Amino acid sequence: MSLWHFLQTFGPRLLDGTLVTVEQFFLAAVVAVAIAVAAGLMKLSRNLALKGVAVIYIEIFRGTSLLVQLYWIFFVLPLFGITLPKFAAGFMAVGMNLGAYGAELVRGAIQAVPRGQWEAAYALSMSPARRMRRIILPQALLIMLPPWGNLLIELLKGTALVALISVTDLMFQSKQINASTYLSAQSFGAALVIYYILARFLLTPAMRWLETTLRRRQERS
Amino acid sequence: MGFHWRWDFTWQILPRLLDATLNTLAAAGIGYGIALVLGLVFALAQRTPYRMLTVSVREAVEFVRSTPLVLQIFFFFYVGPQMGLRLSPWVSGMIAIGLHYASYLSEVYRGGLEAVPKGQWEAATALNLSTRDTYARIIIPQALPPALAGMGNYLVGIFKDTPMLSVIGVAELMHTANSIGSENYRYLEPYTLVGLIFLLISLPTAGLIRLFECWVRRKLGMR
Amino acid sequence: MDETADYPLELTGEDVPMVRFLNVTKRYGPLTVLDKLNLDVAEGEMVSVIGPSGSGKTTVLRMLMTLETINGGVIYVDGKPLTHMPKGGRLVPADPRYLRRMRANIGMCFQHFNLFPHMTALQNCMEGPVQVLGLPKAEARARSEELLEMVGMIDKKDQHPSRLSGGQQQRVAIARALAMRPKVMLFDEVTSALDPEVIGEVTNVIRKLVAEFKLTMLMVTHQMGFARDISDRVCFFYAGRIEEQGPPDALFGNPQRERTQQFLSAVKDAG
Repeated sequence: MSLWHFLQTFGPRLLDGTLVTVEQFFLAAVVAVAIAVAAGLMKLSRNLALKGVAVIYIEIFRGTSLLVQLYWIFFVLPLFGITLPKFAAGFMAVGMNLGAYGAELVRGAIQAVPRGQWEAAYALSMSPARRMRRIILPQALLIMLPPWGNLLIELLKGTALVALISVTDLMFQSKQINASTYLSAQSFGAALVIYYILARFLLTPAMRWLETTLRRRQERS
Repeated sequence: MGFHWRWDFTWQILPRLLDATLNTLAAAGIGYGIALVLGLVFALAQRTPYRMLTVSVREAVEFVRSTPLVLQIFFFFYVGPQMGLRLSPWVSGMIAIGLHYASYLSEVYRGGLEAVPKGQWEAATALNLSTRDTYARIIIPQALPPALAGMGNYLVGIFKDTPMLSVIGVAELMHTANSIGSENYRYLEPYTLVGLIFLLISLPTAGLIRLFECWVRRKLGMR
Repeated sequence: MDETADYPLELTGEDVPMVRFLNVTKRYGPLTVLDKLNLDVAEGEMVSVIGPSGSGKTTVLRMLMTLETINGGVIYVDGKPLTHMPKGGRLVPADPRYLRRMRANIGMCFQHFNLFPHMTALQNCMEGPVQVLGLPKAEARARSEELLEMVGMIDKKDQHPSRLSGGQQQRVAIARALAMRPKVMLFDEVTSALDPEVIGEVTNVIRKLVAEFKLTMLMVTHQMGFARDISDRVCFFYAGRIEEQGPPDALFGNPQRERTQQFLSAVKDAG
């Protein structure tokens, strides 16, 4: 079967899978960012209980495998009365895992904001919350944006695992096509190329755009 | 089923899981060994004056780094037979995971090599050292300490990615836990134990790597 | 096609210079840094190169150390071509092996010392003799210790560079270069990165070298007083050419060219 014929036949299914992958990606990214900010701030907090929760969360999710976490959430969590449909279990697991890594980026970036900025905000007698929101976070955001670009690529790659709990993403579709046609090079190869395009030609430029836009906006105001 | 932890079941399955842990460690070790060597090849290839070679290696590394490992594992496992070459799960798994981490490590090496000041190369030239001696005795010893943190992270990383090998039937921890789960219709204990085993290995390892980093730095007389 | 093909394969006759730049041109892209430079340095001569920054003076040393390739002309060392090699009765660009053999004649000290940070002072000095010259360790050690003694660093021989001051590092770097027994020594702004109070300890070592060794030396420096004291000849570079050269007393005492006068008075005002 020629490559052209292969794409004509299975293109629509690969495209369906790609859409599911993109959905999983966006939802997982939202979860990851929310957890990263919360856990990152908590880890910097002086409150030992908050700090402890963040440290335990981060160490557990970074110390074990995404696949283990995914299976645990999908197969074991229902025993505790929390049953997630596979679609939600998929992006939640990916988001919670990458959120733990993101938390370290948030913490690192906040600590990388120069001491003088904290002191200047203090000298203006800003409240701690206001200081964090108005002075520190905007600067930390610019510092951590480049490593977040890499993390989001890892997150996109991580979403491929949701196929293993039968979410019908790109990975799942290519596996199905392979199982019915035995055209392994074509089916897996096409999926690899699509992941590559998503990562290199959509995600990476988007992050770069975001960075320049934010930088420009911050420098203007 | 419901949620109640069964200790008798735990003790019953633990030996099997610990056995599989050895396979997991072997997979991580072999994969990392491949990645260490292949990564260096990729990094050095990008420093040669042959533009065709540097560009194609650069692009290949970028491709492998930006696509999912689990898909690459399937690719290597299934493409072999299509081409008339049957690879065992272990062999194709090691190729896939080794190649994937080689692409990460080549970036770590590259960063380390680029961190060595230009003056060090010039001093080596002025002392008339050969290219081999320059790399082996001057550049790599200096590129190593800044690369160690990244190399250590990826050692833990490859260990945590070995469960993906279960998808092609490599009998490591995750695969064994899946089997136990489906044989007994109980997933709570096997999956939780697998998580604990990972935690108990990766956390101390990460700590040991930090210590090792400090030791190497001191050994090389840097700080 | 290559104009250098017809250059002499070897310099012969009475006064063969230790170093000869013959119509040497260096370009960085569209920028010509050195334009048909001709410069001879006799055996045992100490030549200082001075001039404003960007005049190409450091490039002269870097080309001689083969850290830069040249775009025209030929450099000869000890009568033999350095940048080129004879092949079939003509000169062709030198291959890496030939370059490596010829480079053994030359030693260099850098502005930022460039000591190997993972080796002690002694190991820095022994590295070349052991790895390149193939000396037995004991002999290399004896030679290195003797040189460290001469530069006054013998009591710090087991220290790593990070534990040494700039002046101390530069003295080790001088010993390291000398340990290779070069015929030509190059000093590239060796005091520019030093704190004022330690410049003396490095210049004193160079003075000692001039007095005791019959080494050919080329030195780029911003220290006019030092250059005047120890040089046999001073070359003033301006915009990629030698604007004026001569014995130090003549060049500093009675400069002929307007640009030299301007430069020297500017330096005097600044200092």
